[in-house]
Amino acid sequence: MTRRVGMEVSFALSEAVKNCNVDVISAYPITPQTHIVEELSQMVADGDLDAEFIMVESEHSAMAACCGASAAGARTFTSTASQGLQLMSEIVFIASNMRLPIVMAVANRSLSAPLSIWGDHSDVMANRDSGWIMFFVESGQSVHDHVYIAYRVAEDSRVLLPTMVNLDGFQLTHVIEPVELIEKADLGDFLPPYDPQIQLNPLKPVTMGPAGTPAMFTEAKKAQEVVTWNSRAIIDEVWEDFGKRFGRHYKAVETFHTDDAETIIVSMGGLSGTARAAVDKMRKEGKKVGLVRIRLFRPFPAEDLRRILSPAKVIAVCDRAISYGGPGGPLCSEIKSAFFGYSGAPYIANFIIGLAGRNVWVTDFEHIADRAQQLVLQEEPAPYEIIGLRE
Amino acid sequence: MIEIRFHGRGGQGAVTSAEMMALAAIAKGKYAQAMPAFGAERRGAPVLAFTRIDDEFIDVRQEILEPDVVAVLDPTLLAGIPVAAGLKPGGVIIINTHKNPSEIKKQLDLPTDARIAIVDATAIARETIGRPITNTTMLGALLKATGVMKPNDLVEPLKKRFGKIAPRNIDAMNRAYKETKITKGAS
Amino acid sequence: MAQSDKPRWQELEIGCIVTDPGSTRYYKTGDWASMVPVTDPERCARCGLCWVFCPDMARIRDQRTGAFDVNEFYCKGCGICARECPTNAITMQEVTD
Repeated sequence: MTRRVGMEVSFALSEAVKNCNVDVISAYPITPQTHIVEELSQMVADGDLDAEFIMVESEHSAMAACCGASAAGARTFTSTASQGLQLMSEIVFIASNMRLPIVMAVANRSLSAPLSIWGDHSDVMANRDSGWIMFFVESGQSVHDHVYIAYRVAEDSRVLLPTMVNLDGFQLTHVIEPVELIEKADLGDFLPPYDPQIQLNPLKPVTMGPAGTPAMFTEAKKAQEVVTWNSRAIIDEVWEDFGKRFGRHYKAVETFHTDDAETIIVSMGGLSGTARAAVDKMRKEGKKVGLVRIRLFRPFPAEDLRRILSPAKVIAVCDRAISYGGPGGPLCSEIKSAFFGYSGAPYIANFIIGLAGRNVWVTDFEHIADRAQQLVLQEEPAPYEIIGLRE
Repeated sequence: MIEIRFHGRGGQGAVTSAEMMALAAIAKGKYAQAMPAFGAERRGAPVLAFTRIDDEFIDVRQEILEPDVVAVLDPTLLAGIPVAAGLKPGGVIIINTHKNPSEIKKQLDLPTDARIAIVDATAIARETIGRPITNTTMLGALLKATGVMKPNDLVEPLKKRFGKIAPRNIDAMNRAYKETKITKGAS
Repeated sequence: MAQSDKPRWQELEIGCIVTDPGSTRYYKTGDWASMVPVTDPERCARCGLCWVFCPDMARIRDQRTGAFDVNEFYCKGCGICARECPTNAITMQEVTD
């Protein structure tokens, strides 16, 4: 049975990692992920979790250790944020190309400079192309649930891709809220033991991570692309199974009041709850506003988004990162791409919110909806607007 | 939904107060959310902590701009920090202070019909816990002023958090619950 | 890597792993050599230092005579064995067609 507990979201995550009976954890502390790995190291020290906790001197080594462990057939976990993710970045790309089903919790935090410990999505966006499956969660409950889901998806023999669970630094990690903890005994066979398809084994030697020549690299990338896209079907399967067993039904794209919405706000991650409260308020005022919450970022749910967003007049995409000198917010540029070439695309407005943990208020989302409705009257596409910018 | 904002100084346990309220509410089957104003803190620096309690699921994740309740753990904050900013009309401000309500009214810009709750939490804490850390004492004042829960509801969370020193903290809370004086801040 | 030189993408192993252990032994690195070591059997003391120093493990011991032969499939002609031979039994000679 589940147990309803008030707890810090970071600990809800560690609890789930413990219940997954991981074999190896290798991590380096960085704000705001510290509580996650501190709790896990405590669990290992206390004997509550039978795992090897490899202390390393940097995030680069952490991910390298995870790759080694995963290659040897261990269920592996790590966690990082911001500069840590950037430091391990070269190995992050290697992990996916080597098809190692590592699960990593990223406590999304802005990238320096200037130095920021506060939350936004710039760290994960800088690693969009890494080939990992990427979930974005928005509550302690979905954080807890998605650890189980992540392992089940990553280790599926049809997938074998490392998976990121992205949770907003501070705005999720350090908040105390109620979580229905799934007990290890009740996981049942939702998460079977890891059965590696490829494994370092002295009795059956293989070479992992060989050089790739110009003659075969293109084919290797094609193979990786195909498995990344194919993983969507398995992700949907796993969500369905999870819903049946535990009563919480997750989807790649979640909708709130979108059926007759003229304006749809698109959000991803920890600020989606505030957006939802804003949409609730606007609906009570008779405004036809809806909300789309993107839960799966890679592989990108383009088809779902086209289907759900097309009927609206204007969509307001909220990004928690900027791609300098580029087409604005990363999420918005991907959504615009998803629509390019298809008829019936709505007007797409882009708003940058909550950089480095800046508060985003219910009133900000109300302003976003109003502004989007003004912009659509112009018809001309407009550059992104930064909410709350002092000019 | 009831929104509570705590004002304290780093090291005084304002964040713990916020957490205790949330955990007690969750244990009673309610929804609650507790968080600090995020960031690196140092001992003595002014800090903020927030608690929301509701019977419905709490969606928003933002600092509390318009609290129903403000708790000020340290009297020296009144001089420099706009502790009453955003306090809703009819809201209550709970202050650890020697001052009387009319002096408080003069010092703070309070909204219409705000109520003022006064307790000498520093004295209670010194006498009961032996240190001038007022966070658990102020919980008692908070409960008296708001009636959102009873002191008994805080006992389990306090025991879990404070272990051996829980009894003294519980005593401090109960004393504050008795001694807190609440007045109506008529405009 | 699949065994063929130009695999189709569907033929690649998961994660491009190489399932044949020690697959580099197929590479004929001896093609690189412009000089090869030649041993004077009268001077060779069968000490084995040429085998110890060879960076490519291209020396093979003849079990019958105890002398150390060159495996020309791998020998790149670096000349280290000639340099290290304590009896100067080894000379480097140009590869002829």
